[in-house]
Amino acid sequence: MNKIKSLEDLKRVREEALEKRSIATTTGKAQVIVGMGTCGIAAGARETMKAVLDYIETENLDGILVTQTGCIGLCEQEPILQVVRGEADKVTYGKVNPEVAKKILKEHVVDGNIVKEFVVNL
Amino acid sequence: MKELSLHILDIAENSVNAKAKNISITIEENSIKNLLTIAIEDDGKGMDAEMVARVTDPFTTSRTMRKVGLGLPFLKAAAEACNGKFEIRSALGKGTRVETTFQLDHIDRMPMGNIQSTFLDLLVGYPEIHWIFNYTIDENTYTLDSEPLRKTLQEIPYSDPGVLKYLKQEINSGMLNLKHTKQEIP
Repeated sequence: MNKIKSLEDLKRVREEALEKRSIATTTGKAQVIVGMGTCGIAAGARETMKAVLDYIETENLDGILVTQTGCIGLCEQEPILQVVRGEADKVTYGKVNPEVAKKILKEHVVDGNIVKEFVVNL
Repeated sequence: MKELSLHILDIAENSVNAKAKNISITIEENSIKNLLTIAIEDDGKGMDAEMVARVTDPFTTSRTMRKVGLGLPFLKAAAEACNGKFEIRSALGKGTRVETTFQLDHIDRMPMGNIQSTFLDLLVGYPEIHWIFNYTIDENTYTLDSEPLRKTLQEIPYSDPGVLKYLKQEINSGMLNLKHTKQEIP
């Protein structure tokens, strides 16, 4: 049976993350939520999620918490992505394909500018 | 949906919505029996017998936002089109187990697709849940248990860039090892 071989490696990753955390100021704390109900998955939400995770990894973005949620009743707008940045209200985006997801991460999550053209008004 | 791994993601979301704390996903490709088995088991709130009987009806759903549920009927239809079976067992307050089988080499069987991505998304998306993923190809099994990961990481989230890189490598190499072993069997 192949089990996780390298929890030691993960410990090192944790220590690096802690170090970065102590250096960084508390700016740019953000939460990104991807809708992953049946409607979202059928519309391509897993690719959207993948684009989010890939972007965080390649751009080395700290302090972003990514989570998922089920159907929120906007199936026709899926894939849906929500952003909570700092103390600001939650912003809901619709029809977020991988390209749009990258744009939202770059412009909204990192730079703080809402990507208006993809905002869904609740 | 075009991939079994997307169905698995979908069914696991049901378990999350049922407030499960522990969810296991077990997949087995058995070339001798020519059988693919997928089981998703949770300790969520479960369903009564009446709901279990109705649950593969496309017009049943637990969600309140929308009246049509499609996840389980989709999977059932896919299995039955491939000489497979679909079984759901559930008990109120105890949890639910969904097991589905497919003839492994059936021409209409959907590909597994990107199961690595499904595992990673569930892990990252629901960090508070104890996940156990098992993928078996004949006699080799890859297991990913979230508990040692969570204990090691403590307050560092899965979506930390360094952790994401680690998890991707871990899952990819675990799955790759399975496939390599398979090829080496004469």
